[in-house]
Amino acid sequence: MTLTDVVLVRPGVYHDSVALMRVSRSMRELPGMEVALVAMATELNLALARDLGFELPAAGPGDLLVALRGRDLEGAAEELDRRLAPLSGARAREAGGGGEQPPRTTRSAARQPADLVLVSVPGEHAFAEALDAVLAGLDVMVFSDGVPVHQEVLLKRLADERGVLVMGPDCGTAVVAGVGLGFANVLRPGPVGVVAASGTGAQQVTSLLDLAGVGTGHVLGVGGRDLSAEVGGRSTLRALRMLDDDPATELIVLVSKPPDPSVAGAVREAVAGLGTPVVTAFAGERDLTAAAEEALRALGRPVPAWPRWPAGPPAAGTHGSRPEGRDEPRPAGRNGSRAEGERGGRLLGVYAGGTLCTEARLIAGRGEFTDYGDDAYTRGRAHPMIDPTLRLEALSRAEPGDVVLLDVVLGHGADPDPAAALAPALARCPATAVVALVGTEGDPQGLHRQAEALARAGATVFASNAQAARYAKDAR
Amino acid sequence: MTLLSGPPHVITVGAGLLRESLAAQAVTTTPVDWRPPLPGTEGALARVLADPRLPAANERAVARLISARPVLSAVRRASEVLELGGMTFLHAGPPITWERASGPLRGALIGAMLLEGYAHDEEDAERRLASGEVRLEPCHHHGTVGPMAGVVSPSMWMFEVRDAEHGGVAYCSLNEGLGKVLRYGAYGPEVLERLGWMDRVLGPVLSAAIELAGPIDLRGMIAQALQMGDELHNRNRAATSLLLRELAPAVVDASPRDAAEVLRFVGGNDHFFLNAGMAAGKVATDAARGVPGSSLVVAMARNGTDFGVQVSGLGDRWFTGPAGVPDGLYLGAYGPADANPDIGDSTITETSGLGGFAMAAAPAIVRFVGGEVADAVAATRSMYEITLAEHPAFQIPGLGFRGTPVGIDVTLVARTGLLPVVNTGIAGRLAGTGQVGAGLVRPPVEAFTAALLALAESAKDPL
Repeated sequence: MTLTDVVLVRPGVYHDSVALMRVSRSMRELPGMEVALVAMATELNLALARDLGFELPAAGPGDLLVALRGRDLEGAAEELDRRLAPLSGARAREAGGGGEQPPRTTRSAARQPADLVLVSVPGEHAFAEALDAVLAGLDVMVFSDGVPVHQEVLLKRLADERGVLVMGPDCGTAVVAGVGLGFANVLRPGPVGVVAASGTGAQQVTSLLDLAGVGTGHVLGVGGRDLSAEVGGRSTLRALRMLDDDPATELIVLVSKPPDPSVAGAVREAVAGLGTPVVTAFAGERDLTAAAEEALRALGRPVPAWPRWPAGPPAAGTHGSRPEGRDEPRPAGRNGSRAEGERGGRLLGVYAGGTLCTEARLIAGRGEFTDYGDDAYTRGRAHPMIDPTLRLEALSRAEPGDVVLLDVVLGHGADPDPAAALAPALARCPATAVVALVGTEGDPQGLHRQAEALARAGATVFASNAQAARYAKDAR
Repeated sequence: MTLLSGPPHVITVGAGLLRESLAAQAVTTTPVDWRPPLPGTEGALARVLADPRLPAANERAVARLISARPVLSAVRRASEVLELGGMTFLHAGPPITWERASGPLRGALIGAMLLEGYAHDEEDAERRLASGEVRLEPCHHHGTVGPMAGVVSPSMWMFEVRDAEHGGVAYCSLNEGLGKVLRYGAYGPEVLERLGWMDRVLGPVLSAAIELAGPIDLRGMIAQALQMGDELHNRNRAATSLLLRELAPAVVDASPRDAAEVLRFVGGNDHFFLNAGMAAGKVATDAARGVPGSSLVVAMARNGTDFGVQVSGLGDRWFTGPAGVPDGLYLGAYGPADANPDIGDSTITETSGLGGFAMAAAPAIVRFVGGEVADAVAATRSMYEITLAEHPAFQIPGLGFRGTPVGIDVTLVARTGLLPVVNTGIAGRLAGTGQVGAGLVRPPVEAFTAALLALAESAKDPL
């Protein structure tokens, strides 16, 4: 079939050139169409059409020129009208569209008012986001771990220049004005402020205080390396000052490993210079439960018997910190007949919280303790407070006669129902099970519900990690 | 108001779980739509971001860029103001040889040989160009920008734009119109005839007119044109009209005999302003050059083969990648097969916060981005993610008079993976064809990655 030309001129019809180029393109896609030129009849377009060999009638820039070449062009004019019609229709629906796009960097997000940045991108990328926050004058919590220490030093030095607080890196827990960030327990509001180089350490202290009826307003995490010689305690010193300036904070608790000797002096000096009393809980010097008890005494509050499940004899004046667990019940095996003969098995510490793990190891004095929250275990997988897989595997390796000691940490960010996976595993586990359950009555998982589920599975459950460790030590 | 005085408004970047837990506590959050940076840039990014000079250097560089006050001060011959002795031609983009030059650049160079009388015909021109007796240098190395092929030869008349704030000066040739024109690589008789008329009539008349009218404030004119629906790269209709209005009386005063012809030519070419706008962009971005440690992009330019960028803190080095073929719409029967890879210095408009970056200001041409006004708004909005500032004078009414995104930061490109949105014309692949369409193009990611790695090498150690 031969090619035919169709040339149309529509006087006074105006569309912009881009719209018409789109129409041209769609016309060219019709079957049999070889050439389709739909354009205003400007000199340029007329010349283009002539170059293509079309015979053109007189037309000017105010006219629409249509030049088509192809086989079987019967319906082409109608097709053209179908494509031109929408161009004349109201396009109002388009106007002003395009909605807000989410920011792609912290720098961009910080164009809008904000108070705090929570960074939890993979550690090798965290510096950029945290730096954006510092440069924007915003306090920042770096939840990410695996951030090189030189980046931490730089961030904190810049933060000092700008008067902002860097919490972290590897800061798992913070509470700011009652808002829990990262892994955080639901704490009743109150007079205590915590500076913490240890997330689970702070959770233990504040949870015990909460169980004793004393609330915590703020937990300012500083990251586990803050009190090292390299970092120099910059965030700890700033956080102490912030809490000292906060009129609602009556008592400060500082939870950390002992500071590097080169930093200890500066911390002592800072503490001495504060108007607010400070209780220190340096891991290894004394346990967290003892620190919570000292905080209660400093506030003039009674020290309660810390809860355990199943409930033990309510020995008067029971303190988690008392030596050698004198009046704590002697543990028995899962069934009495087995326990006696299988004494002398291993003590396995299967922990999610680093400071809790260290504390338990120090108290137990022996045993195989593993902190599954350590960087070595969390690379490429979620924290054991969220993902129980590794700890379940560890439980499955326990043997009769062993004692397994584990922590279960509740609160925002943690597994919404840790007992759901742990209780069946504990029930299957042939070893004696002891659990340190760190949580408050306000936590979304339900402290008592979790405790009872774990106890029903055969575990002995303590709210105090120190008490749990002492109990486990004696359980072999 | 301190951090501890009430529940914080939290920007969250990273794990969605942590944001959800804040939402469950009824805390206001601004989630960042974070993604990993361009592959292979992690180490370099950390080094560059840790460079203690970076924040102040970028602040200073972008402040110079947006405070520039370009004025059109003269129209002068290239031979008077540029060093083009001994058969030197300027071209668009990073340095290139005849061997690697694309069709349209070759076509424009051939045209320039004929225009200058350096060759007596096409074959002669090609032979001389191939022999290396003609020096080819980037416009950017001479304070100049050229649209498309960007070829500048000694006899051409140039817009001269001065920066009234920082004292710089930049040049750009006069716009020939659309279709078969030298800058798109056409060099037929009608092209040379038009260039001859520009040489004899247009240049001298404009030169005299601007002398009479005095310097013309281009910053103000661009600001107005944005509010009249131009984005100043693919649409210059409003800006051309404004310039024409400013020039017309002086053109008549300068040359009553030629005034009608000159005004008809200027008025008949919607892109006449583009070249003056490009020189304005060049003089502003040049003001931001040479700030040690700065990661600000001061030039994006294409020669039809390579797409190159220059960075404030890295001197005159070019970082290149292969030029892409624009995605666009085609004139007449032309199609993608006829298109040459991206070419021209006109990306100076995007570099200075216009063009693709100002798409939201130009709803009339949004179909180039794929159809809808919403897409244009999205294009502009996304550019705020990779720029250091919002232009104080160039505003977009449709975005509540927000300033256009300006000052591309290499680190932000690497972090977000968002490449600059570039509006462009499309040149024919074959020498002599001319324009075949117009559309959008994305720069090659390699150019930005290479620039970032170079910044990392030159970064100062923070500790």
